[in-house]
Amino acid sequence: MEDELESGVVKKFLYVNRRAPHGTVYAHEALEVVLIGAAFEQDVSLAFIDDGVFQLKKEQDTSEIYTKNFSKIYAALEMYDVEKLYVDKDSLESRGLTENDLSVDVKVIDSKEMTKLIVDSEVIFNF
Amino acid sequence: MLFGILVNEGPYQHQASDSAYLFAKAAIEEGHTIFRVFFYHDGVNNGTRLATPPQDDRHIPNRWSELAQEHEIDLVLCVAAAQRRGMVDPDEMKRHKKDADNIADKFRISGLGQLIEAGVQADRLITFGD
Repeated sequence: MEDELESGVVKKFLYVNRRAPHGTVYAHEALEVVLIGAAFEQDVSLAFIDDGVFQLKKEQDTSEIYTKNFSKIYAALEMYDVEKLYVDKDSLESRGLTENDLSVDVKVIDSKEMTKLIVDSEVIFNF
Repeated sequence: MLFGILVNEGPYQHQASDSAYLFAKAAIEEGHTIFRVFFYHDGVNNGTRLATPPQDDRHIPNRWSELAQEHEIDLVLCVAAAQRRGMVDPDEMKRHKKDADNIADKFRISGLGQLIEAGVQADRLITFGD
């Protein structure tokens, strides 16, 4: 692969997803970064905050808005060794969602834990 | 310090590219080094050489080209984002059988791995966008 790294450096990467899955391209293109980034064997976590929690909503159907339903890819992240998914508790609750509404296994954390996750990360992508 | 820069928004519509440019310039003036500027989402539109802003306005793509020329900065447009938005370099033009290319001087098109690499190699990766 052209972008292969041989430095052996492993950093804590955090992808912060803050936007609804559809309506703008950010969520979809963020997922593309996660998938490519998985090849670099970094220590990867994903955080879902604000409307970003909707990205993980079960049973999305985009057929009538003619955009790609990329929501199924979140369930495949495990195969890329991307296994640390964190969801902000307040964001979930204020949108009337529970963990059962989500399509993948996540860890629901409060804002204090989320702050710690962000502070402890070395490379943060904010989409 | 070694900086990586990510620009997530297009020119003129949004201040992200202006702020990233001013940040890069200031960092260089202070003796820092820019490892790479990576353009993603609509940010790839910063790499067009066909922009013709009014004469009394700043020329955002040219300004990037000039900064890169002067300080040997690596300006990279994400290939997947560029393909969706019609940003084309001579290689892409041939590969996709287009009748033109539109990439500005000193910009190149490459993969998202270049962004991850910037995150790994740089001391700090700074994002400009919403």
